[in-house]
Order: sequence, then C-alpha cells, then structure tokens
Amino acid sequence: MVKLIVDTLLSQVRTLWLVFLKLFKKKDTVEYPDQQPYMFPRWRGRIILSRDPDGEERCVACNLCAVACPVDCIALQKGEMEDGRWYPEFFRINFSRCIMCGFCEEACPTNAIQLTPDFEMAEYVRQDMVWEKEDLLINGTGKYHDYNFYRVAGKQIAGKDKGEALNEATPVDVRSLLP
Amino acid sequence: MELEIGSALSIGLILGVVIITAALLITVERRLLGFWQERLGPNRVGWFGSLQVVADMIKIFTKEDWVPPFADKFSFVIAPGIIMTVVLLSFAVIPFAPNIGVIDSNIGVLFVLAMASLGAYSVMLGGLSSDNKYALLGSLRAAAQMVSYEVFMGISLLGVVALTGSFNMREIVESQADGWYIIPQFIGFVIFLIAGVAESHRLPFDIPEAEQEICAGYHTEYSGMKFGMFFVAEYIGLVLISSLITVLFFGGWLGPAFLPPVIWFAIKVFVFIAFFILMRAAVPRPRYDQLMSYGWLFLLPLSLVNLLVTGVIILSTQ
Repeated sequence: MVKLIVDTLLSQVRTLWLVFLKLFKKKDTVEYPDQQPYMFPRWRGRIILSRDPDGEERCVACNLCAVACPVDCIALQKGEMEDGRWYPEFFRINFSRCIMCGFCEEACPTNAIQLTPDFEMAEYVRQDMVWEKEDLLINGTGKYHDYNFYRVAGKQIAGKDKGEALNEATPVDVRSLLP
Repeated sequence: MELEIGSALSIGLILGVVIITAALLITVERRLLGFWQERLGPNRVGWFGSLQVVADMIKIFTKEDWVPPFADKFSFVIAPGIIMTVVLLSFAVIPFAPNIGVIDSNIGVLFVLAMASLGAYSVMLGGLSSDNKYALLGSLRAAAQMVSYEVFMGISLLGVVALTGSFNMREIVESQADGWYIIPQFIGFVIFLIAGVAESHRLPFDIPEAEQEICAGYHTEYSGMKFGMFFVAEYIGLVLISSLITVLFFGGWLGPAFLPPVIWFAIKVFVFIAFFILMRAAVPRPRYDQLMSYGWLFLLPLSLVNLLVTGVIILSTQ
C-alpha cells in the first residue's frame, strides 16, 4: 500500500519533470506562411491541363475524367480540328466541388489532366473557384516529359497515316492471300 | 498619494493588476501549453503573441450573447456575476506587500474559505438554470467536488494557523521571517495544492467541465461575455490559489532585500501559476469516482493526521 502510494506520487512528479523539460526541446511547428512546408511531388493539389512536347494540348476530350469524377466537378465539350485531332472546346473544373481524389488523373489516357502540389487555392469570391480551360492549361508537360499521344497512338491524323506511329506495325490487308 | 492598506490607490491597483493578470494568463497559458507540447502556441498577434488577449477580447465581446428561452433567466444571468464577485472579493485579505492590501483582517484565512464556498453557488446556479443535461451533470459534479475538497482544504491550512497562532494573513507572512512554512508543513502544502486545483476546477481536476465527457459542463449554454466571465473568473481563481500558496507556505512578500517586497510576491505567484499550467499540460484527468474516493479516503485522513502531529509538536515544544 505504501509502495503503491509512493510509486504513484513519484510517477506524477516524473511526468511533470519530463513535460517541463520539453520547454527546451526543438519545436515541431512549421510556421507556414513564412516557412513553406516541403510538398511531395505526388501530392494531390490543384489540377492542371498539360501540353505535349510539341506544345499542343494533350487533352483529347474523351470525357473519361468527367465520368470518373465522383463529385461531377468536370465539364467539357468535344471539338475536332481540321487535321483530325480531338480537343475540348471548353474544359471547366469547379474547384469548390473538387475533392482532390485524383481519379481524373488515373482515368486520363493521354496524361493531360494532372494534380500538382499547389494547395493554396482559397478565393474570396465563390465564382472564382470555377476554372476554365485557359486557366487550367500550363505551358509544359507536367510529370511526363516525352509523352505525345498522337505520336504513339494508332489514330489517323493529317500528316501521320495508319502504321506510322511509334512501334506500330504497318496495317495488314486481310483480304490479300499473299504472305 | 501614499500607498497604504485600504487606500483608494491600493484598492484600484489591486483590482486592475489582478484583472489584467488574469486576462494576460489566457495568452501565457496558451503559449506555455504550446511549449510543453513541443509547438509554438499563438505567436502572430503583436510581439510574440502578446496581443492575443486583445484579439480574444474583441472576439468575445462581439459574439452574440444568447440566453436560451428554456433557461431560468434570473439565475442564469446572475451566476457568472457571483463567481466573478466572490473570487475578486477574496483578494481583499491577500497581503501583497507590507503597504499594499485592501483590509488587514484578523479572520483572513476564514474569509477566503468562506468566499470559496460561495463560489460553488455560482457553478450550481449556472448549471441548474441552463436546463441542459450536460450543464446539470457538470453542476452536480462541481457541487460535490467543491464541497468535499473544501473540507480538507480548510484542515490542511490549520497547521499553518496553529504554528502562527493567528488567522491574520499578514501575521502569517511575518511569522515566516525565519523559515517558510513549506518545511514544517510540507504535507499540508501538498494537500492544499491538490485541493486548490480542485477548488478552482483546473485540470487535472476539471471534472465539472470535462470536455470529452459532458461538453463544457456547467457553462455549456453560456455564450458571449457571460461565458467570458466564467472564463476570466477561472483565471482569477488560479491567481488567487497561487497567491494563497505564496502567502501561507512560501513567505508571501519576504525575500532578499535587493528587490521590493511586491516584486518577490509577484515572482512567487508566477512560479505557481506556471506550475498549475504545467499540471494541465502533463497530468491526465481522473475519473469522477476516483476523485471522490481519493479525496475522502486518502487526503482527508492525511490532513487530519498532519494536523494532529503538528499539534503534538507545538504542544511538546512549548
């Protein structure tokens, strides 16, 4: 009984002493606006639309991101250029609904839509949270530097016929009997 | 105007300094708690966060002061006033320095204990009049806790009173000139410290307002400045308990002559305030029944034995 009382008392005193010593320890706080925290490259922050190495828009308006989006914050309209490329006529992300889940990035077949480590997205006016294609497009390739969809895909466009893409075999005429 | 006991200057000075200290404690506590949890605490407003009090005050004054329609209006409104008045009244008998004080009462210790008992009414009325189950539970706990810890809070002081032979706080301080009462009355000091924490319901004994169990306890329904008064009264109570410990066990204003007496008093009080905040940072809250059985089954017998032994020693050395 006496031992229990003494032990309990000493344990409390030791707790107090150990907590007191924390006064001299290095603090864990990151003083954010003055001191920027390190953001990991794969952080899921603000969404951008990237361009391919030739400077063209990567987005082919396939609508897969809009389908994958669980909160339906992406809206876009397909358009077609004279050379056969598809492109979005408008591309709109409502960031007040976006939950930064990254499903759009995973769904994108052309690596066009990407999430970046930028997390400072507060706005004073709610309407400013809606970003159009002009706001989303960046002058760069984002995370994938060499990828160009039309150069690797079999889609036929002006200046690149069937079978001329990278690693693509020339098409076979199935009606011919010749080997 | 001369500074003497009971002069208007002295009274005004005490009132002002006590309230300003209590308000500043909001910042000090948040900063110290931060340091003890390895973070920085509020440091944005003003120089190292010193103007945080002003920001908090602006916030609390501009909040809606809402009285619930189901509450008992009269007692709901007067409850925060009671605790504020009672705690401030207790400072009347505290001797800050040989020439600073409000009254030189020969029942000083009893007066403080009486005021501490009246403080229980505020918490009880506040909780009961709110007509809210959490507030009711909080006030039930508060009433039981304050009533039971008052018992041996008083008994633990009797050792000091017996050694001095007076209830007068000034005589208690003066009789410590050749040795503070912390040495002969160490057990009394520990019991008084614990009872003091429970009296001012600070952590680890903040069971009447335990956030994790019963929202905010007895002041769940309070908002705006009425909540602010409960809040500030708690800090004034903290200053009061620290002052009492200083006066009764640590020689009040006594100290080496290179600093004026009132500065010695302030330093000692601040050390105890910091210790109370350290307890908040370090010690977890006991369960309600643990608090009660600890009080009645351990501290009460201990304080009685302490009083008995003190009495025997005083009689045998006479």
